[in-house]
Amino acid sequence: MEFDFAAEQPKFLMLMYGLIAFVAVVGGLLLLLDVVPAWFARRREAQLVAASASGAPLPRRRKPREGMFALFFLLPTLLLLTIGLVAPAIRTTMLSFMDANSNDWIGLRNYGWMFSEDSIVRVLINTLVWVLLVPLVATSFGLLYAVMVDKARFESVAKSLIFLPMAISFVGASIIWKFVYAYRGDGQEQIGLLNQIVVSLGGEPKQWLLDSPLNTLLLIVIMVWIQAGFAMVVLSAAIKAIPADIVEAARLDGVTPWQMFWQITMPSIRPALIVVVVTLSIATLKVFDIVRTTTNGNYETSVIANEMYNQAFRYGQNGQGSALAVFLFILVIPIVIYQIRNIRQQREG
Amino acid sequence: MAFARSRQAFAIAGVLGLALSATACGTGDDKKSDTAAGSAECAAYEKYGDNDGKKVTIYSSIRDIEADRLAESWKQFEDCTGIEIDHEGSGEFEAQLNVRVDGGNAPDLAFIPQPGLLKRFVDSGKLKPVGADTKKMAEENYPADWLKYSTVNGQFYGAPLGSNVKSFVWYSPKTFKEKGWTVPTSWDELIKLSDQIAATGTKPWCAGIESGEATGWPATDWIEDLMLRTQTPEVYDQWTTHGIPFNDPKVAEALDKAGTILKNEKYVNGGFGGVKSIATTSFQEAGVPITTGKCALHRQASFYANQWPKGTKVAEDGDVFAFYFPAIDASKGKPVLGGGEFVAAFADRPEVQAVQTYLASGEYTNSRAKIGDWVSANNKLDLANVANPIDKLSVQILQDKSTVFRFDGSDLMPAAVGSGTFWKGMVQWINGKDTKTVLDGIEGSWK
Amino acid sequence: MTTATPTVAAGTQKTGGRGTSAAGRVRKRLNSRTATIVSIVIALVWTIPTFGLFISSVRPENEIKGSGWWTFFTNPSFTLENYQEVLFGRSSSSGQLASYFINSLAITIPSVLFPLAFASLAAYALAWINFRGRDWMYIAIFALQIVPLQMALVPLLKFFSTGVSIGGVTVMPAWDLVDEQKFAQVWFAHTCFALPFAVFLLHNFISQLPGELMESARVDGATHPKIFRSIVLPLITPALAAFGIFQFLWVWNDLLVALIFAGGGDETAPLTVRLAEMAGTRGNEWQRLTAGAFVSIVVPMIVFLSLQRFFVRGLLAGSVKG
Repeated sequence: MEFDFAAEQPKFLMLMYGLIAFVAVVGGLLLLLDVVPAWFARRREAQLVAASASGAPLPRRRKPREGMFALFFLLPTLLLLTIGLVAPAIRTTMLSFMDANSNDWIGLRNYGWMFSEDSIVRVLINTLVWVLLVPLVATSFGLLYAVMVDKARFESVAKSLIFLPMAISFVGASIIWKFVYAYRGDGQEQIGLLNQIVVSLGGEPKQWLLDSPLNTLLLIVIMVWIQAGFAMVVLSAAIKAIPADIVEAARLDGVTPWQMFWQITMPSIRPALIVVVVTLSIATLKVFDIVRTTTNGNYETSVIANEMYNQAFRYGQNGQGSALAVFLFILVIPIVIYQIRNIRQQREG
Repeated sequence: MAFARSRQAFAIAGVLGLALSATACGTGDDKKSDTAAGSAECAAYEKYGDNDGKKVTIYSSIRDIEADRLAESWKQFEDCTGIEIDHEGSGEFEAQLNVRVDGGNAPDLAFIPQPGLLKRFVDSGKLKPVGADTKKMAEENYPADWLKYSTVNGQFYGAPLGSNVKSFVWYSPKTFKEKGWTVPTSWDELIKLSDQIAATGTKPWCAGIESGEATGWPATDWIEDLMLRTQTPEVYDQWTTHGIPFNDPKVAEALDKAGTILKNEKYVNGGFGGVKSIATTSFQEAGVPITTGKCALHRQASFYANQWPKGTKVAEDGDVFAFYFPAIDASKGKPVLGGGEFVAAFADRPEVQAVQTYLASGEYTNSRAKIGDWVSANNKLDLANVANPIDKLSVQILQDKSTVFRFDGSDLMPAAVGSGTFWKGMVQWINGKDTKTVLDGIEGSWK
Repeated sequence: MTTATPTVAAGTQKTGGRGTSAAGRVRKRLNSRTATIVSIVIALVWTIPTFGLFISSVRPENEIKGSGWWTFFTNPSFTLENYQEVLFGRSSSSGQLASYFINSLAITIPSVLFPLAFASLAAYALAWINFRGRDWMYIAIFALQIVPLQMALVPLLKFFSTGVSIGGVTVMPAWDLVDEQKFAQVWFAHTCFALPFAVFLLHNFISQLPGELMESARVDGATHPKIFRSIVLPLITPALAAFGIFQFLWVWNDLLVALIFAGGGDETAPLTVRLAEMAGTRGNEWQRLTAGAFVSIVVPMIVFLSLQRFFVRGLLAGSVKG
């Protein structure tokens, strides 16, 4: 186990190249944006001078090239998104109308399959349950906890503990919970915490992950366990940012804590609340590792992302896998519409 | 700096002709050195041609210690031919191989354990047929039974490599001796023994089919073993190629026969609970109760030898060992279920074919076997090089003339069935669904 | 405030230092001691699963499989063998855990910086530069969050391995990277995948900066790049830190992207790939995962705890408007 530090040098060199590239790209872009308009401005000035000297009509004063600025600001993002996400999304949509080997067009047959196969319908229902429950439970828990822990003793320690699962990968978290749900037969020594508790209360051990729909709920617990910390930290920060004078004024008006919560706290943290719910909804739609690691979708626990991966990569059913992916795009539409409304309101307000 | 210096030293040593142990220098890019190449040891490798300095990438599902052993097994080949073999193992092998191939980033060689998957790559035109040398070598060294699994439309796409025997029942020789039980040699004796053990209050069988994203596969092995025992090998072949429907009464018969053990509350699941606990018990720990006497019999492949707790002696007179899963009708021969991987090529450069040929050779087989814990159906394999008792037994079974070998059926079927609905169906079956519903469901998914 | 931990201090500074937030009021009206106790109990319950795993990681293999981790307290048998194996290992490559560690760092740092920079530029443009169709562009970028990573792997890999050609004309040749150069692919992939969320998050903060600030700067003749650098950037530093933490956690814990774009060798593979491999060919060494999980948690924990302060402030910046 000798460790040759020198052998690692190329990696650091590469990392350095990466950082240099970073500075070059970002710095270069900003510099360009600074220099180019200045150059244009000078040229315009020169034109103006020349024009006034020759007595020709003044060139029409154009509005500042806002659009061009925006383009430069957006350029790297748009480029990367086109290569990394837009192109794949288009490809996936096309594949969803093709057969397993992506050779022939078969119209909507993959979609027909999706809604006629009982097990897949089950997958769609499960996904719906996930996307309704996770944001709701995780956000409410996070909010409650944020309110409760606010200025309590050990606040930052407690918050760190709640946030801790965020630092664990989904796979790691699933392994942790597999231990919690582990089962040994009646009379055997239990190795799963949950069954140990049941047994010590005089109950019979249960195979938690076997019975639908309880098993889906238990998997959702894992996701909530991971994500509640995120909700809590964001909302707690928002709560702390509520200006003290508003609170003070309300207090002088003699509002009850209940009113305070609904009339002061909730409206003030609304933007943060939206961020949390939207982020959690999307993360939940894409949840994959948890189901894969714990049950791989057996016992009627599968969700779209897991089924999509199995179909496309394990079973070689590119068409069916892609159709499931497209269905994911469709599921996000309500959230998108909600965002559009938000933006409209924001622009008006 | 140290890196640069050692390379320099390496170069100087080469120039001065003092490359005493250049191969042991370990700078990471040992190329063929003149002394090594000229030595007697390397004479055997001359037939692989001159490919000095070339690189061949291999992708497989073999990881950790097993991967180290692989690297060790072809070390001499690398030293003598100058071909650098770059092996990468991944637990996500099947899915990742698809992604890499589709993404235009295929490895040169892949060790594919599923003939079904191999066929899919052939169908999409990605695999290259093997070269003439490899084909000749494979035909000399492997039984025809094995070669047909990697032959698609008359073209041969890769020689077998490692193998395993799945028709084993693990037991504890020590416990058997204490209790006066004897190893059964027929199905009836097996059932009689099970009843005898059950009468003592211990559940005789333990099983577990949970295996993360591959949950269900151990149960499919059970069914395949029973298919081979209740039906003829020809029916088995029809079944795996969809010549008969999956819900054929013959398959139902096999399933029900397996059910007489797996779904028998008196028999299972020793050390874990009732029948349903099979579904959530991980295959890794399923057999472990044998060591504590909570269970007596566990049907699992030869590679289960690696799963026993540390300090467990795996031998005929040890803590645990395995006996051949007996046939129901011994007059029809000795049906054996097994698996293995095939060396398939996505490139046909000479150095790739050289490696392919080498891996099919007797030299390689014995080189790998000497390192340990490995079995192959290669008939050049010298039993003396196989140290591990269970591996020895496997080789004996594989080389036995009366053996009727069949490949793991779920690996032969299309992946959507073989590692999809078949696995899932078995989980449901264990979980209480009846045979007919389960088989109808699997049949419905096979298009 | 006696509990002037960095977190709280950061919070109170912004609110004028009087330390009376709405929630604080609510809580005080409730029984403060009860709330404290309940919140601590919940925090502890939250930690039990992780704690159980930690205890498991110092127990011998046979005991992990045979009895519950809580029996450790009545029947302690302590071993560092799992850690020993994870860190120094039995396999030839595992002595080089440090090597994988460096890979993880080399992958993570640029994969956090690039999306941060690109997304904040884009978010600024989408929030404060007037151009046609910007709302639709923002919505489109937002919606891209849903594109499943898995479906993007093959096209992106093709992009690297065969390049781009339109109508037979090579627009971009194949990258043909070897060894550590493959890091570039991983950076590229992570940056692509991170951008929609990053733009969404940063846009949320940037768009809520007070408009008067921008207006007055424009009146003074400041250009967009100047406003971005001297006004926006300092104000959103905390938000950047917040996103930085998420992206860090995501990249550090990622397995799929690394597997595809970096490969599995010790030249490029990150810690996660190595840890996944350590379960052995047939998952027969899974007890090592318990120790492995903890080894991989250490760095994210340090990062989170040390940046927690910024993180909280970052989210405050979002509500400057009130």
